[in-house]
Amino acid sequence: MATVASPHSGTAAPDPHASYLAQKGLASWLFTLDHKRIGVMYLVAVLVSFLLGGIMAILVRLELLTPGRTIMDATTYNHVFSLHGVIMVFLFIIPSIPAAMGNIMLPVQLGTIDVAFPKLNLASFYIYCFGACFGLYSMIHGGVDTGWTFYTPYSSKFSNSAVIPMIGAAFIMGFSSILTGVNFIATVHKMRAKGLTWRRLPLFCWALYATSIIQVLATPVLAITLLLLIFERVLHLGIFDPSMGGDPVLFEHFFWFYSHPAVYIMIVPAMGVVSEIICTFSRRAPFGYFFIAMSSLGLALLGFLVWGHHLFVAGMSEYSTMVFSALTFLVGIPSGVKIFNWIATLYKGSIDLRSPMLYGLGFIFLFTIGGLTGLFLAMLAVDVHLHDTYFVVAHFHYVMVGGTVIAFVGGLHYWWPKFTGKMYDEGKARIAFVLVFIGFNVTFMSQFILGSRGMPRRYYDYLPEFTTLHQVSTVGSWILGVGFIVMLVMFIESLASGKKATNNPWGSVALEWKTPSPLPLHNFLKVPVVTKGPYDYHLATEEELSED
Amino acid sequence: MLLFQPLLDAKEPASDTAQLPVIMSSSGAGYDALYYFIYWFSVVFFVGIVGAMLYFVWKYRRQKGVKAAPTKDSTKLELTWTIIPFFMIIVMFHVSFDFYIHNAVASENALEVRVRGQRWNWSFQYPNGEGEGSVLYLPVNKPVKLVMSSSDVLHSFFIPAFRLKKDTVPGMYSQLAFTPTREGEAQVFCAEYCGAGEKPGSGGHYSMGAIIKVVSQAEYDKHMQEISGPGDKKPDEWGKELVQKSGCYTCHSVDGSAGTGPTYKGIFGRKENLSDGSSVDVDENYLRESILRPNAKVVKGFENGNMPPFVFTDAKLDAILAYLKTVK
Repeated sequence: MATVASPHSGTAAPDPHASYLAQKGLASWLFTLDHKRIGVMYLVAVLVSFLLGGIMAILVRLELLTPGRTIMDATTYNHVFSLHGVIMVFLFIIPSIPAAMGNIMLPVQLGTIDVAFPKLNLASFYIYCFGACFGLYSMIHGGVDTGWTFYTPYSSKFSNSAVIPMIGAAFIMGFSSILTGVNFIATVHKMRAKGLTWRRLPLFCWALYATSIIQVLATPVLAITLLLLIFERVLHLGIFDPSMGGDPVLFEHFFWFYSHPAVYIMIVPAMGVVSEIICTFSRRAPFGYFFIAMSSLGLALLGFLVWGHHLFVAGMSEYSTMVFSALTFLVGIPSGVKIFNWIATLYKGSIDLRSPMLYGLGFIFLFTIGGLTGLFLAMLAVDVHLHDTYFVVAHFHYVMVGGTVIAFVGGLHYWWPKFTGKMYDEGKARIAFVLVFIGFNVTFMSQFILGSRGMPRRYYDYLPEFTTLHQVSTVGSWILGVGFIVMLVMFIESLASGKKATNNPWGSVALEWKTPSPLPLHNFLKVPVVTKGPYDYHLATEEELSED
Repeated sequence: MLLFQPLLDAKEPASDTAQLPVIMSSSGAGYDALYYFIYWFSVVFFVGIVGAMLYFVWKYRRQKGVKAAPTKDSTKLELTWTIIPFFMIIVMFHVSFDFYIHNAVASENALEVRVRGQRWNWSFQYPNGEGEGSVLYLPVNKPVKLVMSSSDVLHSFFIPAFRLKKDTVPGMYSQLAFTPTREGEAQVFCAEYCGAGEKPGSGGHYSMGAIIKVVSQAEYDKHMQEISGPGDKKPDEWGKELVQKSGCYTCHSVDGSAGTGPTYKGIFGRKENLSDGSSVDVDENYLRESILRPNAKVVKGFENGNMPPFVFTDAKLDAILAYLKTVK
């Protein structure tokens, strides 16, 4: 147990062997350059956003409990579902795994003291907060009713809501995303511990690396698009306005050129988390390490080439739809490779079903459904009917929530002892998992059928024939909500009175579990030299595998 | 033989199925066959993957004294599960694209109908120049081509029973081709989000529907005759019917309450203040102008109404004016 409170907090330089949480006081957080503390601040910010977006989701489902008005009018409903999307995408899910969890774990997994540019890292966080303020300003002034996609000409000419501050928020937060990407790329290239070759890089680092490349290359396009939209709305330039020679479909192209790669900003790091969890709780090196790592890069690359599938029924030429349909199918290959390799990793493993692993396996279950229903939508002929219906809503929630959120929560359970130095109640964690898993499936499985039977999305009201399925979905959202509340209670209890965590509660051989919990100020008590891979369980001694 | 021939040969089920609504168009049976093919393909894959996962989790659960076997990578296996799915998706892509293109091409003698989307209703214009709103009559078993446009924001013309959808884009024409095969009513939805009116009951994206009535050729011909003249109706009755069918009530009330547009109650002879500060007495000429060019003189307080222009023959305009004079 190296976790004693630092005797040096205050004026003297802090003890590098003390916990990174040892120093007290608001200033020690606000001006910190420590990647772990910045990560924790991100974590708090994204969890607050998740709570806010979650409340919006519950309200949307509540309104849809009955046809006609249930609790709000149509305009309010349009605002609520738009804010749900904007908050969940820009404030929660994009920064969730990379900026919050990645910030804490990347330098530790690389065996180094910090990210390459610590000041830039803090700047990224404040830029994120600055952007979030604009979002908050927009919400106070009524929010937006454009959907999170801001399609023109509705957003540029027709909407009376606070569109500009909200676009400003997304525009500003984009810079935070770019700077984090630059930082991570430099860190992975330049800061690896001695002996940590590319072939020994943990899969979570590979995933963050691939994600960072997308962030750096795609986000500027979003920035330009949103800026054009602001110009269009304020100055009436006519870029997207057909009456002035512009083209609204151009906006759709611009928007999805970023927002489709953004889907991979969300899912690729989630896959990295799942790879870590599966190896640790199977006590086995990943099957096809090289292929899992390369499939992350493959997804990052393919992510740039498939934006057109969001425009299959938008009036693109038939030959463009052909190309985008073919490319979209290709996404299935690296996704499949990952799933097959995870399953092969379980084979002949030594599998422990603790809560992080439940989320890891839950991810495979849910992401497989999300991926396979993606095939329906990649098929041109089939998509024509399903496009813009609840089928699509269900599909992307299976990928974004069933995939990213489940992996994010799994990673939180997995690294919680490292972050906080505390253990949590495993029983409550499992109850929360069961509730979340069941609640999620009830909420969104029903939406697949709603969609295939013809229910369009973003509808305030619906025909009586859709009532039962909508009600099933709303009840599911309650179960899901209760699951997250149980989880929240469990984590708060852990912070307040959790058992002290050992250095290696899961018996993992990865680098981050060889250093104290919570992490010491400089991540390691002495500079690590890597002599074997992060998953070399077959080389591990009994002592290394023991869970303390 | 065409790769997608089985889709063309697919039999149409008599009613709706578990996941899909009833079929009323020629491409529907093939669509459903393709949908259920990919559905069962997914089910098999899913059961295989999750089954293997659960089996391994049980079989290799952690036991005292049993260590995990070292991992031995296998390039052969990796290539297998890369290349086999690759060929599967090539076939899937090919079948679905060919079928899509096959359906997208309109036949040469297709009945051409103009579809106009505006917030929040659909209006239609038949080849004979006559138009109506919210309802579209189509003869059964006759190929149809819809030429569609939007006068304000993006909309999407979605007919679940035909398994078809296409966005309507301001400043651009888009097309849909199909052949209705079953008599009955098909629901049309707007599938591209287009907002909602600020005032309660003024409609929105969710209420932007229409009904396509697929009828026999004889009934279709009869309907064409009905809509091109008043028949035995009085002018104001005909006018009321035209107003109703054109979806005017979406924005204009008859009970005096303000909607997205001014109420019809007592409109004729009323003095209206205009948005440019001037005022106008509502007479035949003002009403006529406001229907044909709605944004020429907008009543104060309704600047955001964005009423789209409507096209009517003189006879119909006269009937509508006759009706408006009766709303008191």
